[in-house]
Amino acid sequence: MKKHLLSAADLSRDDAELVLATAEELRSLADRPIKKLPALRGRTVVNLFFEDSTRTRISFEAAAKRLSADVINFSAKGSSLSKGESLKDTALTLEAMGADAVVVRHWASGAPHLLAHAGWARSSVVNAGDGTHEHPTQALLDAFTMTRHLGSLDGRRVAIVGDVLHSRVARSNALLLTTLGAEVTLVAPPTLLPYGVEGWGVETSYDLDAVLPKADVLMMLRVQRERMNAAFFPSVREYSRRYGVDARRMATLQDHTIVMHPGPMIRGMEISADVADSERSVIVEQVTNGVAVRMAVLYLLLGGSQPAIGGDDA
Amino acid sequence: MTDYLIKGASVLGGEPRDVLLREGLIADGSSSGAEVVDADGLVMLPGLVDLHTHLREPGREDAETVETGTRAAAMGGFTAVHAMANTEPVADTAGVVEQVWRLGTEAGYCDVQPVGAVTVGLAGERLAELGAMADSAARVRVFSDDGKCVSDPVLMRRALEYVKAFDGVVAQHAQEPRLTEDAQMNEGELSGRLGLRGWPAVAEESIIARDCLLAAHVGSRLHVCHVSTAGSVEIVRWAKSKGWPVTAEVCPHHLLLTDELAASYDPIFKVNPPLRSATDVEALRAGLADGTIDVVATDHAPHPHEDKDCEWQAAAFGMLGLETALSIVQTTMVDAGLLDWAGVAERMSTTPARIGRLAGQGRPLEVGEPANVVLYDPSVSRVVDASELASLSRNTPYAGMELPGRVVATFLRGRPTVLDGKLC
Repeated sequence: MKKHLLSAADLSRDDAELVLATAEELRSLADRPIKKLPALRGRTVVNLFFEDSTRTRISFEAAAKRLSADVINFSAKGSSLSKGESLKDTALTLEAMGADAVVVRHWASGAPHLLAHAGWARSSVVNAGDGTHEHPTQALLDAFTMTRHLGSLDGRRVAIVGDVLHSRVARSNALLLTTLGAEVTLVAPPTLLPYGVEGWGVETSYDLDAVLPKADVLMMLRVQRERMNAAFFPSVREYSRRYGVDARRMATLQDHTIVMHPGPMIRGMEISADVADSERSVIVEQVTNGVAVRMAVLYLLLGGSQPAIGGDDA
Repeated sequence: MTDYLIKGASVLGGEPRDVLLREGLIADGSSSGAEVVDADGLVMLPGLVDLHTHLREPGREDAETVETGTRAAAMGGFTAVHAMANTEPVADTAGVVEQVWRLGTEAGYCDVQPVGAVTVGLAGERLAELGAMADSAARVRVFSDDGKCVSDPVLMRRALEYVKAFDGVVAQHAQEPRLTEDAQMNEGELSGRLGLRGWPAVAEESIIARDCLLAAHVGSRLHVCHVSTAGSVEIVRWAKSKGWPVTAEVCPHHLLLTDELAASYDPIFKVNPPLRSATDVEALRAGLADGTIDVVATDHAPHPHEDKDCEWQAAAFGMLGLETALSIVQTTMVDAGLLDWAGVAERMSTTPARIGRLAGQGRPLEVGEPANVVLYDPSVSRVVDASELASLSRNTPYAGMELPGRVVATFLRGRPTVLDGKLC
């Protein structure tokens, strides 16, 4: 694996499969009374969050702690409008504190890339979601969840439905799932598909009903109500009618098809309560798997085949 | 005043000959006592004229001052620059334009011709006192809200009409604001992949089309700033085919660089309008070659380090251009066989001076004309080192790149501002 995980495109098929296999081993830890391994003892993982995301931060925190790493949570306030301390100065501070890995969530697309390549710090950088760009560990946990239910993803059909335009989850999944051999279809109203999506090497559709019967996985994305104010769709009601999944639509799925959602869900908008709580729904399991996958990522980036002590590449 | 005898210069790329600079003019007759400048192998061009320069003073003296900006201009072979109006305070009154003009005169490295804002504070709401700026000591003829578009069609129409009274021209920054809210880079497949908000070509082209129609309707001169798309070239070509009084400029960076560079998320490549596709670059070169695009203008936009050493989305738009412009034009146009040196002189000196109504600039290299000349060595190459630039800022997108050519000397009315490649 590379030193950083900035994009799902950084992962070769071998890399991705190694992460998934490692996560499978680490997942068994969750069932033990003592949920801790010494693999990253003495290593420091910083959770650097420029944007609030309690669930992602907790997931990374749990992952690092279960590997015995020291965890520092660094919540850096500031937005594109009100600039706080600069990313550079934050990076220099973390470098001075001896961070081995920086898990970064940022409102700006490309911020993790900058952190990794601007020469400010030597630590490994894990992208925990940047702007409308990518969220590669979410894609890994999604792929991991799919694999556990469906086995190999070769030739499996995954429908990703919703606000693809603003979704870093969709971007990372489109890349990773394609790498793993799945056939991805992005389903959205034309306004919520990115310009130039034809070049992504995935299928697109405006017609959810046509896609459902063929899908092995149905992944619903969150759609913010405010988007209708910017004319992406006329109303919540119309969006739900055309692109929301409810019991009627769920009935057209194949028996083995699973329903996923990266959360947080808006019940009644993109997904109805009876679908979210149904047997097919693996939404809660995604959260559990998130910890295992993030453990695997941290382990492979920081420890891997090298000993946890004395393996510094600096 | 020292006289200079420039020996063996290839005037506009032609046969080598001697040129005497005496008393601020190109002269003939005896060269006794003149200092000899060996120009063997050098191309002589009229001093370059930039229609689009950000000198940042007053207000952002941490980025550039009139003095440092004009030093950079001289190093790039320029003898005149048009200083854009988006300063702090905005150059929307006679007082501010006269201040900038005076600072230029005091610095003495090149003529500084202030551009006046079209609207008060660049706010796009009401006309600035264009007549007062035109009548001031700065004699403003080019008006622009550059950085912002005069998007209100009525205001644009009135501005175009109003400046006819003093033979002015409105230089439009063509950017439909609603289509480009929070836009970060060229809208294409890459912007979607990178998760950076797109700046679609149509936002530029729709304003250019509208303004060409307005200019034709009211019979006023329109100048289009930094044309960046193939579609814009087509629209300007169409307007010219109708005989409408429209001129257009292209920036050196749009002739060379493409949006692929944004994949680095390095804001050194963030500029407005954004870097476009390779297809657009080809169309811009062709448009400049066939005269659809009249001039090369730098849009020299200095920014302090901290405004570029940050997240792409938080970074400032703009890049340096004065000290590399001629090299970029050589590599993209001359070496590519699209333009000869006479063509370069026309597009970087004669025509911009004519559009800006600068009397003593962009003149033929003939006896009796003002001795505004540049000597350029197209045979050498250099690796651009940002720390060696005369500009106060360092935001060049060409750092580390090997570019052809070097300005050896620049003369402003017979006085060297650059000699042996060094500032005087």
